[in-house]
Amino acid sequence: MELAVFIICSAIVLSGALGVLIANNPVHAALFLVETLFGIAVLFILLDATFLAAVQVVVYAGAIVILFLFVIMLLGVDRADDLGIEPISGQRPLTIVIGSSILGLMLTTLLISVSGPTGTSTSVSEVSLGGTNTKNLGGTLFHDHLFAVELTALLLTVAIVGAVALARRLKGPLQPLPILETTNDERPSPEDNGDVE
Amino acid sequence: MMILGTDPLLSGNVDLTVVLIVLMKVGIAFVFLLVAVMLMIWFERKLISDMQNRIGPSVAGPWGILQTLADGIKLFFKEDLIPERSDRFVFKLAPYLSLIPAFLVFAIVPIGGDFRNNNGGIVTWFGHETLVQVADPPIGVLFFLATSSIAVYGVMLAGWSSGSKYPLLGAVRSSAQMISYEAALGLSIATVFLMSGTLSTNGIVSGQSTWNWNLVTTGVVPFIIFVIAGTAELNRPPFDLVEAEQELVGGFHTEYSALRFALFFLAEFMNVITMSAIAVTLFLGGPNGPILIEAIPWIWPPIWFFLKVGIFLFVFVWLRATLPRLRYDQLMDLGWKILIPASLGWFLLIAALNIANDQGWQSWIVILIGLTVISVGALALMAAIRKAKMQRASQAFEEAN
Repeated sequence: MELAVFIICSAIVLSGALGVLIANNPVHAALFLVETLFGIAVLFILLDATFLAAVQVVVYAGAIVILFLFVIMLLGVDRADDLGIEPISGQRPLTIVIGSSILGLMLTTLLISVSGPTGTSTSVSEVSLGGTNTKNLGGTLFHDHLFAVELTALLLTVAIVGAVALARRLKGPLQPLPILETTNDERPSPEDNGDVE
Repeated sequence: MMILGTDPLLSGNVDLTVVLIVLMKVGIAFVFLLVAVMLMIWFERKLISDMQNRIGPSVAGPWGILQTLADGIKLFFKEDLIPERSDRFVFKLAPYLSLIPAFLVFAIVPIGGDFRNNNGGIVTWFGHETLVQVADPPIGVLFFLATSSIAVYGVMLAGWSSGSKYPLLGAVRSSAQMISYEAALGLSIATVFLMSGTLSTNGIVSGQSTWNWNLVTTGVVPFIIFVIAGTAELNRPPFDLVEAEQELVGGFHTEYSALRFALFFLAEFMNVITMSAIAVTLFLGGPNGPILIEAIPWIWPPIWFFLKVGIFLFVFVWLRATLPRLRYDQLMDLGWKILIPASLGWFLLIAALNIANDQGWQSWIVILIGLTVISVGALALMAAIRKAKMQRASQAFEEAN
């Protein structure tokens, strides 16, 4: 039973991940990303980490990918990109080198490590130990690792303040946001793929 | 599986009867939702026409009750159009993305069960103890939040894939609206978690079994925020900017016709019903209520549940018939500058009270300090908003001259 769920979810996750890479249309890529995130959520449930599964869907699928889509739609980049021109020369060979070395690193870790690649399973059992794992997770975060949580919160606040400071205009007339101008002439590409101009 | 959680049905031996009971529950929930949507559409049209001094649907069936069925059949047989510029696959996918979350939410709502004497809503069906809800996952209400955040995809992708401008504008508006109000919705639900100490819907309802409804124990404010944010989340009037006819033709579903349009319509009304059911579960004690006739105790909880849901449905229709639509900036102001700060402040107050109870502090002092902090925060926020407005106004004035 568990093995069957694991295999199906892995297939979903991997096909989604592959789709993100292959899809020509950014919107389709974002949808494949959602597929991957859902597969991971189900894997969390398989590990009895139900709270993480819910948070995975609420935060990643519900907020972050929605924001991706928002940006894609508002900026009108939802047509297939022209892949013929390399924006930064030497980028592609470098990608192959870095990608294969990261893959090699992960594979070595998987194959060489003694006590399993993610260590012993204490961390998971600690979270799902008795009771609800929401409570245990809350205890872990807000008792044992409170300082790190507060630090992260501070970091996020700084990021928000920074974004506001960047977006703010001190001089100049009050202009409407450029939403209306950009959304008028954009449309999805007529075909799923191809359409290279 | 763990996701089905605390239902005693699945804790023991899973045999054929158990599987059949689960299938029966799913079937009942499915059919119930479809019939309820049919009646809800009729109810809304009839009630609105009463409020506007019209007759409303009156031909199909007694009191026009079969009007929705007639409309559904008509939509089913109409020609199905797919615009040439659309993204075909996503265009076909989008209606299902809005319908399926609407169905799923209802699975976690307890619609009956015996909650007296700390019984936890357990009833016995065919010799098996079970709960009167399809599933009781330990994440409970978070499941509702997750599905409602998935529902945004249906609207957003429908608008985008149509390949025309009004649906796109409608979709961008609606997803902005739904994301903004989801924060307030989640924060108001969080106060319920604090009071109940559990995420499970069954646990939340069990905790309200002695008339201590969360409506009172959380201090009414979260309930009001939940109803307002819920209405916005449903894209119902007065927050229906998504389909503002005068500006956007039909909003995100302008290009949809026939069955696909019917699916959106179905999802919309189903969401109204499930949102009411969730509100009843969280704040109004779910199926809790007095058992009036002891001979048939099992029938009262569903009656109370449907009665409470009915009140919500009435209120939603009433709002639609009464209130004019908000402007877009008013909508965003209400969401970000009033509802989210208010729900956050109230959440902190409830949390402080909980700690005060644990530590044995004087609760009135805590309330006093909490309210002082909240009002100082509110004043600071108002001052900041006022300052920003003045600054923008003076800039605009300078530019004009």
